[in-house]
Amino acid sequence: MSKQKGWKEIPIGGVIVEAGNAEGYETGSWRTYRPVIDYEKCIHCLQCWIYCPDSAVLVEGGKHVGFDLEHCKGCGICAAECPPKVRAIEMVLESEFAQKEEVLEISNSKFQIPN
Amino acid sequence: MGRIVALTGNDAVGTAMKQINPDVVAAFPITPQTELMHKFAEFHADGDVDTEFVLVESEHSAMSACVGAAAAGARTMTATSAQGLALMWEILYVAASCRLPIVMPVVNRALNAPLNIHCDHSDTMGARDCGWIQIYSENTQEAYDNVIQGVPIGEREDVLLPVMVTLDGFILSHTLERVELLDEGQVGGVTGEYRQAHSLLDTEHPVTYGPVDLPDYYFEHKRQQVLAMERAKESIVEVGRAFGELTGREYGLFESYWLDDAEVGMVALGSTAGTAKEAVDRLRAEGKRVGLLKLRVFRPFPYEELAEVLGGLKVVGVFDRAISFGAYGGALFSEVRSALFGVEGGPEVVNYMYGLGGRNISVEQIAGVFEQLGRIVETGRVEQMIRYLGVRE
Repeated sequence: MSKQKGWKEIPIGGVIVEAGNAEGYETGSWRTYRPVIDYEKCIHCLQCWIYCPDSAVLVEGGKHVGFDLEHCKGCGICAAECPPKVRAIEMVLESEFAQKEEVLEISNSKFQIPN
Repeated sequence: MGRIVALTGNDAVGTAMKQINPDVVAAFPITPQTELMHKFAEFHADGDVDTEFVLVESEHSAMSACVGAAAAGARTMTATSAQGLALMWEILYVAASCRLPIVMPVVNRALNAPLNIHCDHSDTMGARDCGWIQIYSENTQEAYDNVIQGVPIGEREDVLLPVMVTLDGFILSHTLERVELLDEGQVGGVTGEYRQAHSLLDTEHPVTYGPVDLPDYYFEHKRQQVLAMERAKESIVEVGRAFGELTGREYGLFESYWLDDAEVGMVALGSTAGTAKEAVDRLRAEGKRVGLLKLRVFRPFPYEELAEVLGGLKVVGVFDRAISFGAYGGALFSEVRSALFGVEGGPEVVNYMYGLGGRNISVEQIAGVFEQLGRIVETGRVEQMIRYLGVRE
């Protein structure tokens, strides 16, 4: 865990002087449900990519390749927008993953306030 | 010597605003501040200022517009009274916490209900902990001088805090007094140039103001504000000294009036200090060792400096023109008593609530208080810690 900065080391007034640094803030830990995609069903229409409010749908070469779980808050919009005939995305309780696999280590510690 | 004119407090402060020529003023009228903004609006209509004058639909909007303008780097001002200040409440904190050095004259008025338009300090006293510097004025000259000084005090790089300059509603705002004006060039010399470090409009270096600040960093930002308030003390003294060199009217954190050899002292804010001076003069003529500490700066509260001056007295009477309901005395009393707590052999400190809703306070009443305080010196006994001066039983 990286060291958080003291009050003398950060910009005053809570001003953010580095544009776009919200990317460094991992909001994935807020998630209760995780989107799980079945590529057997996915038609790569990318409706989920359009609607995702956190830009957490990863796309390469016009194809859905995964979710950015450091920023996905588990809102489920992707699953809801996936066309009714496709239904490729399922929202699964995070606790089920915690039992099955290593707990996803997400903390706020990587968040760096710029100088 | 500057030009000497007869002005009401509102006209004098409106004139100060004209001479400051702020980039942005956003305001909403409220008695007794209304004429102040009328005056400034006249200057604006006559083309005497370059100000972007934003007429808004409420004080909440006025302060919000000021926050936006100040974040964009504009030298920004507004003015208000009582309910208007109360409606700004939420945004007062935003202005201070975003470290925006807005200057705001507040024409002190009682808070409703019942509806009252006259002077007391319940409005600004209620806003004492929102992170603004607070400077009180004894007379119209001081109101004029303080508003001009408010600009460089708040804008100093290691301060960057908003500044409230108060003047007592009607007692000062609507009364003609002799005022010595600076010329525009002198005012410009006092206020200087303001260059904000991070402007919202600087698209080359984009910044965000007021983002979410969770338990991991919020406390650190509040700690920074504490330091800024400490630095403000230096800023106030430095600006006051330079102002003295320019005008012959030097300003500090407070004014000591006959305190050097005094046994009995009084602490007051605003125009009451003028009345108290008259009482002190009369009693001094009778050989009574009485004095006054006229507090100019309530935030940051100069507790160390004040303890040094009042520590050697026997009894101090603190005058509060606002009640902190349920508290042990008024806000000024709490601060003064706290500053003197632990001073070995320090004075007894007692509290007088007075002047609510514009109830007049006379020289005779204050002289009577000095008499009461004198009895504490004689008997060594405080019979009543908190008194209500001038209320009908």
